[in-house]
Amino acid sequence: MPHTPHRLEIENISIGYGDKIILQDLSFQVPHGARVAVVGPNGAGKSTLFKALVGILPLKSGKIFIHGESLGAHKDCVAYVPQREDVDWRFPVTVSDVVMMGRFGQIGWWSNPSKKDKQIVRRSIEQMGIADLTDLSIGQLSGGQQQRAFLARALAQEPHILLMDEPFTGVDATTQEVTFGLLDHLREKQVTSIISTHDLNLAASRFDLVLLINHRLIAFGTPKQVFTKEHLAGAFGNSLLVMEDGMMLVDECCPPEEEHHHAEVK
Amino acid sequence: MNWLLEPLAYQFMQRGLFASVIVGVLCAVMGTYVVLRGMAFLGDAMAHAILPGVAIAYLLQGNLLVGAGVAAVIVALSIGLFSREGVVKEDTAIGILFAAALSLGVALISSMQTYAVDLSHILFGNVLGVSSSDLWMIGILSLIILLTVAFFFKQFLVISFDPVLAATLRLPAELLRNLMLVLLALTVVVSLQTVGVSLAAAMLVTPAATAYLLIRRLLPMMLVSALIGALSSVIGLYLSYYLNIVSGSTIVLTATAFFLIAFLWKKMKSG
Repeated sequence: MPHTPHRLEIENISIGYGDKIILQDLSFQVPHGARVAVVGPNGAGKSTLFKALVGILPLKSGKIFIHGESLGAHKDCVAYVPQREDVDWRFPVTVSDVVMMGRFGQIGWWSNPSKKDKQIVRRSIEQMGIADLTDLSIGQLSGGQQQRAFLARALAQEPHILLMDEPFTGVDATTQEVTFGLLDHLREKQVTSIISTHDLNLAASRFDLVLLINHRLIAFGTPKQVFTKEHLAGAFGNSLLVMEDGMMLVDECCPPEEEHHHAEVK
Repeated sequence: MNWLLEPLAYQFMQRGLFASVIVGVLCAVMGTYVVLRGMAFLGDAMAHAILPGVAIAYLLQGNLLVGAGVAAVIVALSIGLFSREGVVKEDTAIGILFAAALSLGVALISSMQTYAVDLSHILFGNVLGVSSSDLWMIGILSLIILLTVAFFFKQFLVISFDPVLAATLRLPAELLRNLMLVLLALTVVVSLQTVGVSLAAAMLVTPAATAYLLIRRLLPMMLVSALIGALSSVIGLYLSYYLNIVSGSTIVLTATAFFLIAFLWKKMKSG
């Protein structure tokens, strides 16, 4: 993998709101088709990083390159699966409406969806196992089904880079496996995926690379390289407990709407 | 059947009926975005904010609709300007501009000698005073607004439902948002004559909110909303004719009755 061209290059970026800097001087490079877990304590700037990567939050400094060109040069090569609480579930759209929105980048401003677009939408919905829910409005679905609808949209977008913000928080086991199934499928297509998660076990066992941040870059590399005592202590500080046998416990307080969460890693 | 046809013997009633149906449909369609994007306060504010434009047009003896239109677009864009990048929260910006424009409007109107009658027409509408040139203006403006909504349907859907997707698709979200504000402003201007500034906000919100109770998909919701808007206008105008009540109130109250029926139906169905 080191010899393939880098798909995503982050060069010394700083991001923040107003005068407040959330992420300082971050640099890393993600190769072709890699699966990256973004981990760090709450408020470390994971969502902020994603907002910068999709281009809704301007950079204070630094540069983002995709395929060697600056962010924004390519249309719709980044797909984003939003965090659950960022979606208005009462909005009057059906599952197929949501997935079709993923095609809008290809469809052109004043044209109707083509046969091909409709086909891609149908296939994406089938692949996520929600074909029988196509015409239901999104508010009628369960949490896991809602997430799969958004995964289907990301699939229909045919992205080069897929961003997912906390897709494993509060979803059922089926949805988690469907999500990893999608990630495997996308890896075959050389799609790079960048996923934030609280679950350090998942990050350690099912990802190629881990990006550990806490307002700055703590470590970036394979799970083995990243999950060391020093790095975790650097990211989680006092909420890290090291046991005698080498087991480490991370106790971190989640946002109020989530349950209290224990993640551990060996 | 006679009671249906009798009012239509008068030309001003025919024009009034056309005007209120057009406005009913237009408000209901734009109202769909108002309800879904939570812009009810903005619609109300905009309706009041056009008052100074109307007053100045009146003083200069120009066309009231043109005056209102200019004022509305200025207010819409200033709200966008003040609230851009979160310098001032949007609802705060709206509140400030709303109050300032309304005060300016009242100040201008109260300085006129015959203000009592005209003010009530501006506030509550005077659908029976619609001239045929007014009707043309209402028709053409409405057509432009509705065509724009049809042209930008996909883009408006994305910026309303998922601003992040809009960003990844590189849609000019800021521009589209301002376009929507301008369309909303023009809608309020067009409804000035039939329901007046104080009731325009109700016509923006009530039919769309009723449709939202009944339908769970954007385009059908918009069409049902338009139907409710049109029916409210027709029924309201007849009530106004026979009960001798200001037409703006009867139209809005009819729309409210539709909302209550839909609300009760929904309650009964789920309970």
